[in-house]
Amino acid sequence: MTTERILLVITIMASITYICRMLPIVFIRRKIKNKYFRSFLIYLPYGVMAAMVFPKIFFSTASIYSGILGAIVAFILAYKKRGLLVVALSSILTVALAEWIISLI
Amino acid sequence: MLNKRELTLLRGLRDGLPIALGYLSVSFTFGIIAIANDAPVWAPILTSLTNFTGTGQFVGMDMLYNGSALFEIAVTMAIISARYILLSLSLSQKLPDKTNTLKRFIIAFGITDEVFAVAINKREQINFKYLVGLMFGSFSGWVGGTCIGALAGKIIPDSLLSAMGIAIYAMFMAIIVPPAKGSRPILITVILSAAISSFLYIFKTFRDNSFYLILIGGVGAAIVTTVLFPIQDAKDGSDTLGSSADNKNIAEIYSQSSSDVSFSSYEIASNISKTSEITAESDDGKNKEEKL
Repeated sequence: MTTERILLVITIMASITYICRMLPIVFIRRKIKNKYFRSFLIYLPYGVMAAMVFPKIFFSTASIYSGILGAIVAFILAYKKRGLLVVALSSILTVALAEWIISLI
Repeated sequence: MLNKRELTLLRGLRDGLPIALGYLSVSFTFGIIAIANDAPVWAPILTSLTNFTGTGQFVGMDMLYNGSALFEIAVTMAIISARYILLSLSLSQKLPDKTNTLKRFIIAFGITDEVFAVAINKREQINFKYLVGLMFGSFSGWVGGTCIGALAGKIIPDSLLSAMGIAIYAMFMAIIVPPAKGSRPILITVILSAAISSFLYIFKTFRDNSFYLILIGGVGAAIVTTVLFPIQDAKDGSDTLGSSADNKNIAEIYSQSSSDVSFSSYEIASNISKTSEITAESDDGKNKEEKL
């Protein structure tokens, strides 16, 4: 990972995010009524994130078993509406613990 | 008009405080994960300074470290940021017409899900000063949390670092599960997308590249649910300023998901706007008559 690549990616990310926020507020001052357009924009991020999580979360660690355990813990805590930090940390600790146990077996 | 109710810069900063507190833990996690991925300390901080977006930053970072092509990162960012088009559009209608273009360029940078939810729930017409305060308040929490996280990442033991590969996915889980619980269309979008993505994962071509999983699974699922469950528009004539049923719908969905932020902070934020709604009630009636 070179410094050049990091800078390039950050610039691309920032420009595209800004353009999406800037174009409508600067150039469009009337209301868009198309319900399909609006609905699509609302559903899209959830579709994208779900595609990113599944099935990759199971393969994101050293062993698929620790991945599955971590995913289950993350799901349960997310379902209980715990904050992002709590969910992430609990999942990491579960994976670390699982991998430690696996290394003993 | 009472001083308390006026939408000043200071009032904006104050309303931005609960958002900033919520952002702290999220951006802290962002900083830590970046360092766990071997990024230099300045990388996550620069990202937060220039992007100011939760989901986009996490996804972009994931692709940066997984060696995705620049073109794929660009398209993925556009897909994820597309929702800002909607937020920006709605916010535009709540601004006074006289707000000039330069001010609009500035405001545009700070439109996040949470800032939008707080601003759109105001009964009064919002103004430039208030928005700048609101955005700067939230932004400082975002950048501050990232700095602390990036520094903390440096002192995390190596044994934990290998387990951190799961963190980013656990975070996405925390973002998508609660709104999927509350909204059937979102639940179906999530399940469908996960199913398509998991199926594609069987093939080696798709396995190494999350871009196609996102494009086919994510966009595909969103198209299906859009056709099946379009969100109804507000009835004509019922909308005054930003408090129209239509904007309320969007605001509700975003508050429910409160995507980038921990839930408690959103509740505080929405309580603030509720209080202001009550105090603004009498004025709002007048406003409506004028509009009609």
